[in-house]
Amino acid sequence: MINRLTQMFAHFILLLGVLLMVIPIWLAFTSSTHDNVTLITEGMQWYPGPLFIENYDEVLNEKGGFSEEITATGMLINSFIMGLGIATLKVIISMMAAYSLVYFRFRLATPIFWFIFITLLVPLEVRIFPSYKIVSDIGLTNSYTGLVLPLVASATAVFFFRQFYKSVPDELLESAKLDGANSWRFFIDFLVPLSKTMIAAMFIFMFVFGYSQYLWPLLMTTDEKYWTVVMGMKLIYVELYEGVSLPRVGQRFAYIILSIIPPVLIVVLLQRWFIKGLIQTEK
Amino acid sequence: MKKVQFKSKYTQYIFLAPTLIIISIFLYLPIVQTFRDAFTTQDAFGFGRFFAGWDNFKFVLSDPSYLVALKFTFIYIFVITVISCSLGLLLAVQANKVIHGKSAYKTLLIWPYAIAPAVVGVTAQYFFSERFGILYALFNSLWGFDWTANIFDAYIYLFIAGSWKQISANFIFFLAGLQTIQKSVIEASLIDCRSSLRRFWTITFPLLMPTTFFLVIINITYGFFDTFGIIDTTTIGAPSGETKTLVYKAYIDGFRGLDLGAAGAQSIIMMLLVLIITIIQFRYIEGRIHYN
Repeated sequence: MINRLTQMFAHFILLLGVLLMVIPIWLAFTSSTHDNVTLITEGMQWYPGPLFIENYDEVLNEKGGFSEEITATGMLINSFIMGLGIATLKVIISMMAAYSLVYFRFRLATPIFWFIFITLLVPLEVRIFPSYKIVSDIGLTNSYTGLVLPLVASATAVFFFRQFYKSVPDELLESAKLDGANSWRFFIDFLVPLSKTMIAAMFIFMFVFGYSQYLWPLLMTTDEKYWTVVMGMKLIYVELYEGVSLPRVGQRFAYIILSIIPPVLIVVLLQRWFIKGLIQTEK
Repeated sequence: MKKVQFKSKYTQYIFLAPTLIIISIFLYLPIVQTFRDAFTTQDAFGFGRFFAGWDNFKFVLSDPSYLVALKFTFIYIFVITVISCSLGLLLAVQANKVIHGKSAYKTLLIWPYAIAPAVVGVTAQYFFSERFGILYALFNSLWGFDWTANIFDAYIYLFIAGSWKQISANFIFFLAGLQTIQKSVIEASLIDCRSSLRRFWTITFPLLMPTTFFLVIINITYGFFDTFGIIDTTTIGAPSGETKTLVYKAYIDGFRGLDLGAAGAQSIIMMLLVLIITIIQFRYIEGRIHYN
């Protein structure tokens, strides 16, 4: 009896939580399928309207920006490249660095660990102007390299992989050595396959991080070809407040929904790996 | 450290090279530059650069609007952490308890984590706009809500926008933490302690302490840095600069005001604040290795 009550209570709380998470996005979605006059006179809409295909088609294919060069499709692709590039490179170079720090005996290991670790103190937001200056001095503004490379170095990922490698039993290396594996073989044939879940978890984490970048692309890209979907939010904001007698609210909501889809899909589809990876680092 | 390790003259540096090169160019170089900016002044035309000692710091710290931003940043971080941690924990505990529909709940609660702060901000902007906003209309009818004029209302607006997706992030980590607690411990506690609420506070919660601590740090860094995208797409400091975080203010001062000296000094003060947070974090991680 008591057990059933606690179960009902749990479901009740969880349903409230789900509503809290779902309702805002549901409203954004339903509003994205109405025409602007309805939205402006009656406010946001609770039920889907008739303009789903029209609004989304317009957003995906209409050229925007100052010189009318970029479409939302193009911005989505840029965001995807940015997220994918940052996640892939970060995972690879952090795994290598952590491997070196854990599996090699050399005097500089501790100083180098600190050299990497201390960078946790300076997230991009803190060093934004000098970073921008350096990237523009190298000539990387308005390029994918410039969008990705400065965000690739990550003390966090090195740290997580280091913790994970430390928890790998020593016997693994001993037996690999008996088999005659050198440091490269051990890394590629033994350690990488073993870290699959960790890699997946870090990858999702870093993809979301890269995709969500806002300030960096805003500073870095003056050429519309390289605009990302998240930095485009600023343009919506500006439009809402500075002029335009009839804001295109329906299309804006469609744009918001489209920008949400890629990272949400990745997190939902790979959630099992994600949680597993997190549990692994807990150990 | 490992008992068995490789020994090599240079291989370890090949593995380290990509990280070290990128860190040197894109992290250490800008940091050096930041220090140079912070301790020098440039004349208005950008011709000369003079050593300024602590002048930029004095200038920043004596600016009343900086202290306003400092206060707001701490309030903001505190409220976001409390709201999102407690709701995330509540949901995680319930999700760990239910027999039916566990994975459906998990999926439905996890996904907002993936939404970028700037996107949350722009969405919130619509909910709180005078023209369309459902929440604006609701709060306005309740107590005359108007975030463009009233500081308290602007706070509420930002608290909601800032905490929303973070609930989901905390939920994920708490759930992962709960799943690492061994079944045998839970079963033993079932025999010892009948009240489920007491069981939670005496057994489960202490075992979750490492996760909680980790999440507090995560939430602090989120409140500190990631909320930039939210502020820049919602209040942009409204009513009149009371809702600027330190990061946001440094950006505005540096870019709009073009005062790189002041921006550099602000960056260094932020580094110090993060340093303090990191020391706490590191001590905690070291501590954990002891009792594991």
